[in-house]
Amino acid sequence: MAVFLTKESKVLVQGMTGAEGMRHTRRMLAAGTDVVGGVNPRKAGRTVRFDVPQTPAGLGTAHRFVPVFGSVREGVEATGADVSVVFVPPAFARAAVEEAADAGTGLVVVITEGIPVHDAVAFRAHAAERGTRVVGPNCPGLITPGQSNAGIIPADIAGPGPIGLVSKSGTLTYQLMHELRDIGFSTCVGIGGDPVVGTSHIDCLAAFQDDPDTELVVLIGEIGGDAEERAAAFVRDHVTKPVVGYVAGFTAPKGRTMGHAGAIVSGSSGTARAKKEALEAAGIPVGGTPTETARLVRTRLGNPARPA
Amino acid sequence: MDLYEHQARELLAEHGIVVPPADVTDSPREARAIARRLGGPAVVKAQVRTGGRGKAGGVRFAADPAEAELMTRRILGTDIKGHPVRTVLLAQPVDIDAEFYVAYVLDRTRGQFLAVLSTEGGTDIEEVAATRPEAVTRFPVDPTEGVTPATAAGIVRTAGLPARAADVLVRLWQVLIREDALLVEVNPLALTAQGRLTALDAKITLDDNARFRQARWGERDAPHDDPLEASAAARGLTYVKLDGEVGVIGNGAGLVMSTLDVIAGCGARPANFLDIGGGASARVMSDGLSVVLSDPDVKAVLVNVFGGITACDAVAEGIVTALDTVRPTKPIVVRLDGNNAARGHTVLDDRAHPLVHRATTMDDAARRAAHLANTT
Repeated sequence: MAVFLTKESKVLVQGMTGAEGMRHTRRMLAAGTDVVGGVNPRKAGRTVRFDVPQTPAGLGTAHRFVPVFGSVREGVEATGADVSVVFVPPAFARAAVEEAADAGTGLVVVITEGIPVHDAVAFRAHAAERGTRVVGPNCPGLITPGQSNAGIIPADIAGPGPIGLVSKSGTLTYQLMHELRDIGFSTCVGIGGDPVVGTSHIDCLAAFQDDPDTELVVLIGEIGGDAEERAAAFVRDHVTKPVVGYVAGFTAPKGRTMGHAGAIVSGSSGTARAKKEALEAAGIPVGGTPTETARLVRTRLGNPARPA
Repeated sequence: MDLYEHQARELLAEHGIVVPPADVTDSPREARAIARRLGGPAVVKAQVRTGGRGKAGGVRFAADPAEAELMTRRILGTDIKGHPVRTVLLAQPVDIDAEFYVAYVLDRTRGQFLAVLSTEGGTDIEEVAATRPEAVTRFPVDPTEGVTPATAAGIVRTAGLPARAADVLVRLWQVLIREDALLVEVNPLALTAQGRLTALDAKITLDDNARFRQARWGERDAPHDDPLEASAAARGLTYVKLDGEVGVIGNGAGLVMSTLDVIAGCGARPANFLDIGGGASARVMSDGLSVVLSDPDVKAVLVNVFGGITACDAVAEGIVTALDTVRPTKPIVVRLDGNNAARGHTVLDDRAHPLVHRATTMDDAARRAAHLANTT
């Protein structure tokens, strides 16, 4: 079991034939993802060859041939795909997500960075009406180590294990996976740092709570909005598994956007301190650094400290 | 991007919302001419992209053109909350019968916009919302439907504003959608003695991500108040100047924010936020390092990279390039992990620069950088 993404997931890649799409499709294939097709109306009918390094490393290369479809619907009809990963440029992202939702894919992972908020608002509502889950935009996607990888999270950081992870930040996802690589993860979900995202901390917490393979959840937040405060309340009321938190942005000045479009302390809200306090009030220990957060996870899981 | 008041006014006027006659200038002499043109008296308003300028002395009433010139001279060049006043707006005064608040704000949780209205305009709306929540009305706007005249009429009636405010609400929604705004706020929306609804002040935040389809935005770009920020922006870097002494460069907004916090936890203060982003090239790294090293406040630099898409060898090559071109005199602590980290370490080993210090973990790197900054 895993959350949202398993080895059974059949993945289409919208924008597969672009530079980013090619590079990451190869990486997804290498991670074991069942990539069943790409989508590009101008290249429909072609097949793209990927030279995929085999695991364990050094044991040669396999050739994988992935068909390109003219639309998501064609891809879904031909392959039974249920996941789409979107790599198309910002100007076309809204249409791409809505197309995937209309074609009935249950999960759309939007890697594209720099999508206008009005477009995110529109495709979020569109997908919700059709029962499609959107992860992102501006996110690294999600990985169920050893099973499937939909997005750009490096699959070799950590293997399978009992920790579920949900994070607004891609690199903090990688950092925590690295810190806890000896224990491993059920699923890691990068939900993205934009003001409007399709899947929230709460959605992931609820899914991890129901996932028998997840023993503990790491929740990574950052300044901006009140998603962490809401997640804290949800944990208090609905989550019985241990949760460990981390929040970035204590030193962020008010009114300045810190890299992520959604990472801004506006007025009196969105501060790291308020988020940390809310999490702690809900009984969630919050690490002062990623390393300390990893230590809290080890304590909670009863694992000894990782040998140096 | 936050617009200046005068830019926000222009946008409202373009969409048919009434604003008082006004003009903007950076010259006291011209201010006198503008006041004369407006009929004599004028409100002189500092143009800064921050709130609370009235309390800071940035808004003054001038009874005649001579006084307008004097007020302009006094306001120009002052500093309001760290924002230098480069221009002022002179607006024709208005006789006000009533003041309202009308805005669209983003509700991140619902992923849609809210119309926010109040019959208590002209004051600090956050304070009104805190002390008298019943005086502020919020309506979620269906993203598919938008705000039609019929929905606007209902909203305005419920909020207790005059019926004709519905037209303003519809037009303001068009501003939000067509201009790709994240926030539009009119405060106060004044009912004049002549019975017109007039926007006396406006705040608009545009979505930087929509730049590709908003051809006119270039002309609205404001100059950076900080020269280092201007230099970083010219090189396409995501950089925020802070007031400490440890320069910080990393990849990914979350990791960089976290690095700033870890630096602070080690008893030093970060001098900046600089995210080289995902998949950064050697060029981006070297540009970033040269911007940070040119900050006279910086005493030591911390480079913290966890390579996901970003290749650590490219980062290391960028560091080596900067060593040769910028010729730094300040220590640089480097922590590389993840994608191609071993090759990155080899690149740094080969260069063996005495100012480059290596750390194996993020915490260790921050401790060393903080120590170096505090002792040099």
